[in-house]
Amino acid sequence: MKRLFGHPFTQGAVVLVVGFFIFEYLIGYILPLFGVSSAPVPRSVVFQYMLTVLVGVLLYMSAEEERWAAFREPIQRTMVDRDKRGLRGVLMVAIPALIGWLAYENVKPSYGAPATLRSVHPAPPNQITFRGQTMELTGLENPLRHEGSLEEHMAVGRAIYTRNCVPCHGDRLDGDGHFSAAFNPIPADFTAPGTLPQLTESYVFWRVAKGGPGLPQEGTPWDSAMPAWEPFLEENEIWATIIYLYEQAGVTPRTWEEEGEEGGEH
Amino acid sequence: MRSRETVEGSRAAAWLRRGGWMAIAALAVAVPLLAQAAGPDYGEFGVFGLDRRDAVWIAAQLHLLFAAFVLGVPMFAVVIEAIGIFSKNERYDKLAKEFTRLLLVAYSATAIWGAILVFFLSTLYPRFWGYLTAIFAPSMWLYAALFFFESFTLYLYYYGWDAWKKGASKIVHWGLGIMLNVWGTIVMFIANGWLTYMMSPPPDVTADTVPQTVELWSAINNATWMPINIHRLLANVVFGGAIVGAYAAYRFLTSETDEERAHYDWMGYTGNFIAIGALIVLPFAGYWLGREIYEFSQQMGITMMGGFMSWLWIIQAFLIGILFLAGNYYLWIGMGRIPGAERFQPHIKWMLLVLVLGVIVWATPNTMIADRDEIAAMGGQQHPFLGVLGVMSAKNTAVNLMILTTFLSFLMYRRANKEPVVPWAKAGTMIQGLAFAIAAVVVVFYGVYGYFVTAIVRIGFSVYQVAAVLATILFVIGIDIAMARGAKSRGEIRWGEMPPRSQYALLILAVTFTWLMGLMGFARSGIRQHWHVYEVIRDTSEQAFTPALGPAATMISICVLIFFGLVGMIFWLGGLAEKSVYEETGA
Repeated sequence: MKRLFGHPFTQGAVVLVVGFFIFEYLIGYILPLFGVSSAPVPRSVVFQYMLTVLVGVLLYMSAEEERWAAFREPIQRTMVDRDKRGLRGVLMVAIPALIGWLAYENVKPSYGAPATLRSVHPAPPNQITFRGQTMELTGLENPLRHEGSLEEHMAVGRAIYTRNCVPCHGDRLDGDGHFSAAFNPIPADFTAPGTLPQLTESYVFWRVAKGGPGLPQEGTPWDSAMPAWEPFLEENEIWATIIYLYEQAGVTPRTWEEEGEEGGEH
Repeated sequence: MRSRETVEGSRAAAWLRRGGWMAIAALAVAVPLLAQAAGPDYGEFGVFGLDRRDAVWIAAQLHLLFAAFVLGVPMFAVVIEAIGIFSKNERYDKLAKEFTRLLLVAYSATAIWGAILVFFLSTLYPRFWGYLTAIFAPSMWLYAALFFFESFTLYLYYYGWDAWKKGASKIVHWGLGIMLNVWGTIVMFIANGWLTYMMSPPPDVTADTVPQTVELWSAINNATWMPINIHRLLANVVFGGAIVGAYAAYRFLTSETDEERAHYDWMGYTGNFIAIGALIVLPFAGYWLGREIYEFSQQMGITMMGGFMSWLWIIQAFLIGILFLAGNYYLWIGMGRIPGAERFQPHIKWMLLVLVLGVIVWATPNTMIADRDEIAAMGGQQHPFLGVLGVMSAKNTAVNLMILTTFLSFLMYRRANKEPVVPWAKAGTMIQGLAFAIAAVVVVFYGVYGYFVTAIVRIGFSVYQVAAVLATILFVIGIDIAMARGAKSRGEIRWGEMPPRSQYALLILAVTFTWLMGLMGFARSGIRQHWHVYEVIRDTSEQAFTPALGPAATMISICVLIFFGLVGMIFWLGGLAEKSVYEETGA
């Protein structure tokens, strides 16, 4: 047994099996049992990870001459030894059959929608027209941050959010509203680190004002059900809602770099 | 004595060189004529099923790749020549000369592809080309003049190699090599002015601005000009080293004697050393460029990093992962020919583990490719658990740890056959280990802390991570140099005793660098989208759309194949010239 597991070929195979177990089962199914927020890893990502691990195994095995010879030895013996004729025959059928099955699995007709690659942050225009007025988005800050009280803006924003946004984005801002399950893609989760804190308030203003219909041509189809709120909300109502979003989610908006700020290059 | 090598080398290059100069001469006539001609905005192109944009794309990509070759390799040559002069080691001098010979043909290829590019631009995009010439004409004339100086400096540098070999004349010769680099760098800076103007024209230039009224210097010195200059300068060093490595690998694999194998093994190691060494600082220049792009236009920045170009960064992470893995792998195999390296072998698996985990983290997409069921299970395009690996904090941490690991591989390689004799050797090694540990802790600390601060603060953290890594590299290498003084040798490196697979690692490095240049160049250029000059001159041709990643990757891969086909020919010509010398002296 010790000899078997001490052999480089077996070690390589074990690493691959352990890797697959981690990516496919541990992350996807075992972690949630312990209360960790997780989900099955998409096939494309498992493939990507396994490819990396396979390359790592091959590099390790071939980085040293003796280990490389030992690693290849069972493969070579299976290919040429007389007493391995039976195994050789089985492999010569099994390997093409496995490849054939994988190819079939990949190309067979299915009813599922194909895997999609969707950008979650479409690029905003440099300027927009809001109710006939031109707004430069670059460098634009939330004007309500400098006037009135935060509580007032929060109250206005909360009322607007509750009235218009909760059905989709949910009362916890996590994209889990009553209607969310009906949408694909599901509504944005404002509590995720990849959403609000990554964006400037002017970006969020653009998304709220123009909604799905205002998304840029690049990267289409967006498949967004987000309505454009421009016809229904005043400019300051949108800004107040944005303040509510950030304050309620407990995150701060991305700010514009200023001269001398240079992102911490002191 | 004029060797047959010189004759063969000059014959081999003569035809191509004449072609290049004729093309440039024709160009000088064609440019003003075509710029003035009134006519349609776009010309037609239908050769081999390619459209006008495909034609310009292929010509521009190949011109750029050859230009990187002829800018990177002279940097390599002049550094190697200096090492030869100051160490008085003849073999460095021979190595530098061997590369300069390859340059002669590569220069011609650069000029030819440059001429093809200008002809395509002026005939297929006459209005846009006229616009550019209206602004940049004086810089184009200067460009042509400098190219002339550069070429003649190269001829003097190469053909004067044996004539100016000793004493003060050798220093003058080395000065020619430096001048060659100076001309080349200025030429590149000028061309960068044109292309960066297309990306980030000065703010006062609008669609109504008459091009003749745009001030030349403000057009050149635009927001992304200097970041591109620095990024390309460093990238050319990397590329030069990688091409040298690929040439050495090709010659190693076709060598017939142990002596040749030893020579090309050493050359491959030197090329790889320079390529990986410069690669370590390259991401920081790229980071500066990305930041300037974002500052210039939020739209461009988000298109590049979060929009439809964002997946290119995952491909880039994969490819750079290949570079790190291949570069380290080459060193680890190389330890097999160094007496005393056995003691480091047990550590390889842990370094490989860090690299593999680094690649996994770096290449984890923020937005995953998933089908409907998978998206539903994840609750969105981002994975609830792996999502933390999709943001910059995780990726910066991964890449900095990979850089540290690669440096550790170099250190082990360097120290393999040495036994320090200084009394503080043990303490020195411990201090080095401590420096590594501190750097790793700083990198991980700021990586984790980055999740708890705002985006603008987080961006600043990457500077601390980088500073910790670079400071450690300098500090550790300083100790190592002091510690190696008078060190006992455990045996000489057995140059040439390398398995062929090590050479394929060098070839993979060169191909991967080339591919990366094409792919990331597409990201830089593609974020202009439907503009010739961003928000100034609109692309109104049928090809105004930005190609999807698949067709773009196919086109770039074709360019890489053509480039290596031509580079293979240059390598072959280099081998031909040398073979004749071998036969002549061996007869």
